[in-house]
Amino acid sequence: MSNKRGADGNNSGCSCDGGAVFSYDSSSLELEIRRLEAEKDLIEARIARLRLQVEGGKSTGGVTAGRIDDARNKAAGEEQEKGEGRANMNGPPFPTASVCGLTPEMIHRYSRHLLLPSFGVDGQLNLSKASILVVGAGGLGSPIAMYLAACGVGCLGIVDGDNVELNNLHRQIIHTEAYVGEPKVKSAAATCHAINSTVRVVEHREALLASNALDIMSQYDVIVDATDNLPSRYMISDCCVVLNKPLVSGAALGLEGQLTVYHYNGGPCYRCLFPTPPPATACQRCSDSGVLGVVPGIIGCLQALEAIKVASSIGKPLSGRMLLFDALSGHIRIVKLRGRSLNCDVCGENSMFTRETFQSFDYENFTQSPFFPSSNEGLQLLPDTDRISITEYKKRVDSSEPHILVDVRPAHHFQITALTNSISIPLSSLKENFAVIDSAMDEIKQGTGLDASIYVICRRGNDSQRAAKLLHENGFSIAKDIIGGLESWAQEIDHSFPMY
Amino acid sequence: MEPCGTLILLNFNGGLELLCRSTKVHHVDVELKPGADGLIMKDLLCWIRTNLIKERPEMFMKGDSVRPGVLVLVNDCDWELSGNLDTRLEEKDEVVFISTLHGG
Ligand SMILES: [Zn+2]
Repeated sequence: MSNKRGADGNNSGCSCDGGAVFSYDSSSLELEIRRLEAEKDLIEARIARLRLQVEGGKSTGGVTAGRIDDARNKAAGEEQEKGEGRANMNGPPFPTASVCGLTPEMIHRYSRHLLLPSFGVDGQLNLSKASILVVGAGGLGSPIAMYLAACGVGCLGIVDGDNVELNNLHRQIIHTEAYVGEPKVKSAAATCHAINSTVRVVEHREALLASNALDIMSQYDVIVDATDNLPSRYMISDCCVVLNKPLVSGAALGLEGQLTVYHYNGGPCYRCLFPTPPPATACQRCSDSGVLGVVPGIIGCLQALEAIKVASSIGKPLSGRMLLFDALSGHIRIVKLRGRSLNCDVCGENSMFTRETFQSFDYENFTQSPFFPSSNEGLQLLPDTDRISITEYKKRVDSSEPHILVDVRPAHHFQITALTNSISIPLSSLKENFAVIDSAMDEIKQGTGLDASIYVICRRGNDSQRAAKLLHENGFSIAKDIIGGLESWAQEIDHSFPMY
Repeated sequence: MEPCGTLILLNFNGGLELLCRSTKVHHVDVELKPGADGLIMKDLLCWIRTNLIKERPEMFMKGDSVRPGVLVLVNDCDWELSGNLDTRLEEKDEVVFISTLHGG
């Protein structure tokens, strides 16, 4: 990944940046030297092979069929043992592309694949002719795209409309610091190109939506769902059914992951399993619930594997079965799923679901959750009179208003960071802890003779409203919610306050 | 343990464990309804609702079945293959409830 090793904000992608080398420290210089030496070795090996080809052509006057077979066996690892090794170098050249279909470069690069009896030349050839689309260049998409590029898929498409963010790099290993703020697809494509410049990487720098999905997905043989939200999952599955393409689907959250292949060889689609979407409140997100970086990495690797199996027609893809991964207990379970549902709205016998239906289908409304989770703000549970802005709260603090600040985030959030003098009472245990609030208020009353006000805060201002409502219902009618929570404190009052 | 019940191994995953005091694995002994000749999934769900799900039952159930987005597996098989709510359970069967994930 030499093309983006700089941490100096030079994001020029795949440029040949020899002239700028002196701006790096000695360790990156050494890295660059090693990379160039490796390149040199590769080029020398290529020259040597071409020389052999030229000489072989001269001495044998052409390649006979028997000799091609010899060479092919050699490439496939059936080379006879010792002694002959060196001599063979002067014998017949590597097969030409027209014989086994792979070029000498491909035979060299993918030799370890070719050595696998169950994969071999056929598997590699199929792969080299296949096109695979990875939807999402995040935690799942990172290892998927890297492995698909490395393994020599013919064409690799990546679609994503987001930019690289620093707090995603713990799991989105295809991106580097130098690309923070740049489109994820640009960054991912640069990494893939650095791994394997012979693979055609197509960049789709836009979010996949019902309006563009047919156009984009129809260009590929296999679709890999590496997205992070519910409407996308329904949309991608529906589109795969409409276009009749296999879908490799993976998901990860917290310390768990799930994986299956939909609409493959008569198997079920996503809707066969989940005809009705779950309530929006049941949908957790990585940005709220957290995710251990390596967990999507593992699921992504398995998705790459399934995509390779489907694209190269080897093995038994995970269709009609689902793999469940529990990182904490170290359990992997593979369960048997129902078959395709004849009554499925999309893939069923009497389905009326067409391209037109697809394009006009409102997936956000259907799932009651947004394509872009960050736009999911603005729960309004309380009247404005029961809420105050963060700047108003700051004013009251500055004027020494006697008050207590209840932080209702879970305890492990409070441990990360908190405002000074706030009391931690997680929303889930608020009911059992009204006495804590009572005694805090009594203390202020005794100290100042004044009645304390109550403010409730959380990370973004949703749970704090639920908490304030609960407090109102239990006699604390003066409790007020702080709009926007700690996030707005960090944005508007104290830029050094750490946000997570 | 009472000998009259059926021992079942329950497993809550994909966030559903948060509804049962964050514990994923539960060894439970489910007593039969009077007159019943065996335990079926429908009764097990009733039992879980009464005995295990302490908060927000709507995050687990809808009507007398599980809510949309929850996969139910009886001995590693989708319960749609064994009769859904009528699936007959036997001693030491394992039932997994898993909420589908969407993160990535
Ligand atoms: Zn279906």
